[in-house]
Amino acid sequence: MSRFHWTHLAALLLGFAFLYAPILILIVYSFNESQLVTVWAGFSTKWYFELWNNQGLMDAARVSLIVSVCSSTLAAVLGTLAGVALARIPRFLGRTLFSGMVLAPLVMPEVITGLSLLLTFIAVAVDRGILTIIIAHATFSMCYVAVVVQARLAGFDASVEEAAQDLGARPATVFFRITLPLIAPAVAAGWLLSFTLSLDDLVIASFLAGPGSTTLPMKIFSAVRLGVTPEINAICTILIGIVSVGVIVWSLTLKQALARKAADEQAAQRPASA
Amino acid sequence: MRGVNWGRAAIIGLPYLWLLMFFVAPFLIVLKISFSEPAIAQPPYTPTWDSWAGVQAYFSNFNVGNYLFLIEDPLYVGAYLSSLRIAATATLITLLVGYPIAYAMARAPQGWRPALLMLVILPFWTSFLIRVYAWIGILKRDGLLNLALESMGLISQPLVIHNTEIAVYIGIVYSYLPFMILPLYSALEKQDLSLLEAAADLGCKPWEAFARITLPLSLAGVAAGCFLVFIPAMGEFVIPELLGGARTQMIGRTLWNEFFLNRDWPLASAVAVVLLIVLVLPIMIFQRMANRAGAG
Repeated sequence: MSRFHWTHLAALLLGFAFLYAPILILIVYSFNESQLVTVWAGFSTKWYFELWNNQGLMDAARVSLIVSVCSSTLAAVLGTLAGVALARIPRFLGRTLFSGMVLAPLVMPEVITGLSLLLTFIAVAVDRGILTIIIAHATFSMCYVAVVVQARLAGFDASVEEAAQDLGARPATVFFRITLPLIAPAVAAGWLLSFTLSLDDLVIASFLAGPGSTTLPMKIFSAVRLGVTPEINAICTILIGIVSVGVIVWSLTLKQALARKAADEQAAQRPASA
Repeated sequence: MRGVNWGRAAIIGLPYLWLLMFFVAPFLIVLKISFSEPAIAQPPYTPTWDSWAGVQAYFSNFNVGNYLFLIEDPLYVGAYLSSLRIAATATLITLLVGYPIAYAMARAPQGWRPALLMLVILPFWTSFLIRVYAWIGILKRDGLLNLALESMGLISQPLVIHNTEIAVYIGIVYSYLPFMILPLYSALEKQDLSLLEAAADLGCKPWEAFARITLPLSLAGVAAGCFLVFIPAMGEFVIPELLGGARTQMIGRTLWNEFFLNRDWPLASAVAVVLLIVLVLPIMIFQRMANRAGAG
């Protein structure tokens, strides 16, 4: 038996303190009365109200929301198809190129992706704006979705799908009635991941934004360059809150779904063994 | 097996076409523009192969001026080299910080592991920009770290960390730590602990068992984690820009400035092409490993 040593606990505590302390400090100081970020002058929510009156920030938030919802939906569709292709179709023309194209954007420096897409849109005379940001975000997000979906499908063997096909189900029916329900949690996770990646992206959006399509990270970035303010802390806290609630709700529903599935399976086995 | 069907064609074809259009074609365009001359007009480059005659003209005066400029100007060579150095050092530090955490997670009681995993993944979902920004308030001259150390009487002069390379290291380690921990954890968690018991029974000391069993068996995770940190860190822009100060030059920042401040698009393209050439080998090794992991 391996023992869980106190040094292990220390490593975990130090590690998680390192990961979480900066974020917690940021959140705490968003409720600081003082304009000076490092001096605590009492609890206040005034910076949140000030955000509400900041028209530029609100416009940027609206743009970011539109971009994130559209690009992550697009990415979920394309990424699911790509993931299914990689997991279920062992041989097709250019498969190596395809899997390379799916993996490369995961590690590609953002400055390269942003610059190259921008020059492409200029070459085909497409104006920069919300649409170009959506396309760019969908392109790198779909690769994350594909990887998540592929990993999920790799956990199931194809026998159920093959059985349905042998029983006369058409490929489309097999896909919508069997494959898609199997990978639904992965698709949902992929969508959520794409949403947060898009909501977060600064570099690629900066290359592809046109007039009137300034996203929230671009706005935050230009403010951050001028210094740390409680107002930025407040908007960051809101963003952290939205993402954390999303992730936690998703993981809880997933847990519940798994528990229900386990209960169903148990119930199904009981009469057989009795 | 059924013959060719439309569903199958759509499953492969749609993402395939999308990636060809928006991932591969853009690189060819960057390559093309990197060989063109800057022009004052908007867009600020001279398109050189818009027709067949253009293609011929293009190859007859193949302009490598941008690349010569990159090689000749010590600023660019220096930026590439310091990016390599900073990314490699930061990757090593991330490994040294991440390994004990991943190890402790893999040896934690079974019931804790999903929660621990969640705790590692959660910061990854939180905005990168926000996490880098959070460090400014801590590291700057009148920031929380200096304030805390001064009030404890440990320092009399504020430490200068913000706007130095040290801050860049902190930023990279902090931002990319989850990318290092996750592959390490999955490699360590799979290990058969009976090997360690056998080693102990045969009189092997714990540290020796670690060096001769645990570490070699986790090398695949070490490699995956290092690539996942090194490759994006090499082209990092936000961290050197916000934490590194004016003197920390990294190539992602050079590219950004060349594009947004100097508006020299062909030169920015050349910078991107050379960066990609530097990264092609690590990216291919990473893909090979990812594919093998996916198949196995």
